[in-house]
Amino acid sequence: MLITILVSAGVVAAVGLILGALIGFTAKKFEVQTDPKIEAVQELLPGANCGGCGYAGCADFASAIVTKGADPSGCSACSDAMLAKIAEVTGKAAGKKEKMTAVVFCSGSFSRSARAADYNGILDCRSASIVAGGGGKACRFGCLGYGSCARACPFGAIEIRDGLAVVHPELCRACGKCVNVCPRKLIRLVPASAPIHVYCNSLEKPAKRRKFCKNPCLACKKCIRTDENHMQMQAGLVRVNYSNPPEASFVEQVKCPTGALQVEEIHRKIAALKPVEPAPKAAPAPKKEESK
Amino acid sequence: MNSPIRTWRFHGGVHPADGKALSNSVPAQRAPLLERYTVAIQQNIGAPPKPVVQKGDTVKKGQLIAEPGGFVSAPVHAPTSGTVGDIVEVPGANGGAIPAIEIISDGKDEWGSGLDPIPNWKNTDREILKKRIADAGIVGMGGAAFPTHVKLSPPPEKVIDTLILNGAECEPYLTADHRLMLERTEAVLEGAAIAAKILRVDRVFLGIEENKPDAIAALNEKAGQYGVTVVPLHVRYPQGGEKQLIYALTGRSVATGGLPMDVGCVVQNVGSCAAIRDAVVEGHPLIERYTTVTGTPVANPGTWILRFGTTVEQALTFAGGVKARAAKVIMGGPMMGFAQTSLGVTVTKNSSGILLLQWKETAEYTSNPCIRCGRCVRACPMKLLPGPVSVMVESENYDEAEKNYVMDCMECGVCTFVCPAKRPLVQHFRRAKAEINAKRRAAKAKQA
Ligand code: SF4
Ligand code: SF4
Ligand code: SF4
Ligand code: SF4
Repeated sequence: MLITILVSAGVVAAVGLILGALIGFTAKKFEVQTDPKIEAVQELLPGANCGGCGYAGCADFASAIVTKGADPSGCSACSDAMLAKIAEVTGKAAGKKEKMTAVVFCSGSFSRSARAADYNGILDCRSASIVAGGGGKACRFGCLGYGSCARACPFGAIEIRDGLAVVHPELCRACGKCVNVCPRKLIRLVPASAPIHVYCNSLEKPAKRRKFCKNPCLACKKCIRTDENHMQMQAGLVRVNYSNPPEASFVEQVKCPTGALQVEEIHRKIAALKPVEPAPKAAPAPKKEESK
Repeated sequence: MNSPIRTWRFHGGVHPADGKALSNSVPAQRAPLLERYTVAIQQNIGAPPKPVVQKGDTVKKGQLIAEPGGFVSAPVHAPTSGTVGDIVEVPGANGGAIPAIEIISDGKDEWGSGLDPIPNWKNTDREILKKRIADAGIVGMGGAAFPTHVKLSPPPEKVIDTLILNGAECEPYLTADHRLMLERTEAVLEGAAIAAKILRVDRVFLGIEENKPDAIAALNEKAGQYGVTVVPLHVRYPQGGEKQLIYALTGRSVATGGLPMDVGCVVQNVGSCAAIRDAVVEGHPLIERYTTVTGTPVANPGTWILRFGTTVEQALTFAGGVKARAAKVIMGGPMMGFAQTSLGVTVTKNSSGILLLQWKETAEYTSNPCIRCGRCVRACPMKLLPGPVSVMVESENYDEAEKNYVMDCMECGVCTFVCPAKRPLVQHFRRAKAEINAKRRAAKAKQA
């Protein structure tokens, strides 16, 4: 009995030793030389693997920076301090970049927009956008509010407030993931220095827009007349001229009749407001399709 | 019911409450002439037609107002005589807004299609008949709206030996095809004979669910004359699915990604057949159709002959309005139809029905995780794995879903109907199909 145990223990130990030696040998012989710089750069990158740089992830980008001379400023998520440190490692000065941020061009939160139907399907914008009626809100161009963009954002920069996606610029690293995911194509990356935006994306006939929304841009062009250098028409929509954005005080000066032109910080706060209408007096009526 | 030929049983399927009793004994009525029609420009699958009239033009009933935008496209004709108004936007049945031509009626309702009748079609060249069908703007009126002349032009290497007429009407509540087969029996059969001549086939089956005994009797009386065999089929949804019908009547299965013509079949809806007859024998283009206006909230449910461009609101007025509050307005039937958000949606070539449901007849539910009961797998007539595939779609793994044949899903709704976890399976698959199609288009664009 004892002999059997000893023999088997010996065999196992011997096999272990031989295999261990073999592994040690191959590891030495076929060792892959990694550039320590790549690891150093990878350490400095944010590690969010958001893909905004166009590479397969932070590790891939790190090796591109070191071996192919890619510009580290291609990472929109890197702070300037980090870029400077990467420049120390690689010995090459990083390019300059303008800080960008995502903006959701819509102000139609649940309490500020009309409903065309009750939507009882999958709570995801991309799924909602393929059914007739497109997820409940009457406006065909606005935010659906089911948060596909918020789930796609690797930095948690988008919040759904009262059925409206709102970007927190201090968290947004301008990776562009949300831009591609939104089925209504409402999100754009713009310079973070612009303090005001026109929060509307509707291409509906201007007269009809009021029916759907409390703060639509009516394309009255009052803002453009106020200062043509700061405001412009882009593909049928009134937009801030992002190469020459106005100051926040411009909003006061224009007095946009609907409030679609708004200061970012204020927009964020309004969006958080819950429905203001008093509760309906009648018992909750059976829900029904909109009829004229 | 005895079947004249051997029939096969397709996999899966369900028996939803059919609701046909509401409207199947009411004779179809012709809708009164309206003052204004908004005729959607695109009423077919494929290329959008191009308008050929200007605002202020006078048109005759049946006159061309939009010409086909390619081979896979169908022209559109004026529903009545009058003047052309603006190009307006109307809500589309699939969502969004679609352009439509406004026709203001002059009250005379004078024909002027410019298509000569061909009563002697038996001795007419096949190409002339095919061109007539294309000129009359005929599309698949069962729902897909695929241009009929394209279906009747199979490439020469495909041997077609069977023409199948789809009179199954398996969709609950709808009775438009039922009334059509009963009231225009000979038109359906003659149209079928014309299609058979074009395809050069002599085997013509008309598949019909056996819950329409009066229509079966009427068809049987005349079918022999036109060389059509009427085959009563078991009542099981989706008996009228193209691939299911082919299997039921011939025992042939269409491979994944394949077309009926790969197995020697062409399937035509009975409504399209009657339209073929009207186009050839009378020279009338397609401007109206049988549409069922039904549901418990409708005052007088029944089938109406509606011209294209009639709005749902007007159709409901013809049917006496609503007597109870409706919670849902559906274009089509309850299984495959689309819930609408506006009563301004117009009747088009594939509007087989307008269905209203009350609140208590609809279901509001929350989607739960799949409990792996396998009911959807047993029920799916395309033999897919709806449960597992829906999980792949939920995790946005479209490649895996594609490998599991999500593109073969015909959106019949059977899986969603049986799922005890109330998973919105069809919506998942529609999303996956949209994403995969977009990916394929992008890949194609990259290649070009
Ligand atoms: S911005 Fe787009 S993705 Fe985000 S919640 Fe709105 S509709 Fe959905
Ligand atoms: S908000 Fe959009 S652009 Fe900004 S970090 Fe999130 S996903 Fe990227
Ligand atoms: S909807 Fe698609 S997956 Fe579901 S049962 Fe029908 S064919 Fe099968
Ligand atoms: S029927 Fe529903 S719960 Fe059952 S396996 Fe299919 S998806 Fe899952």
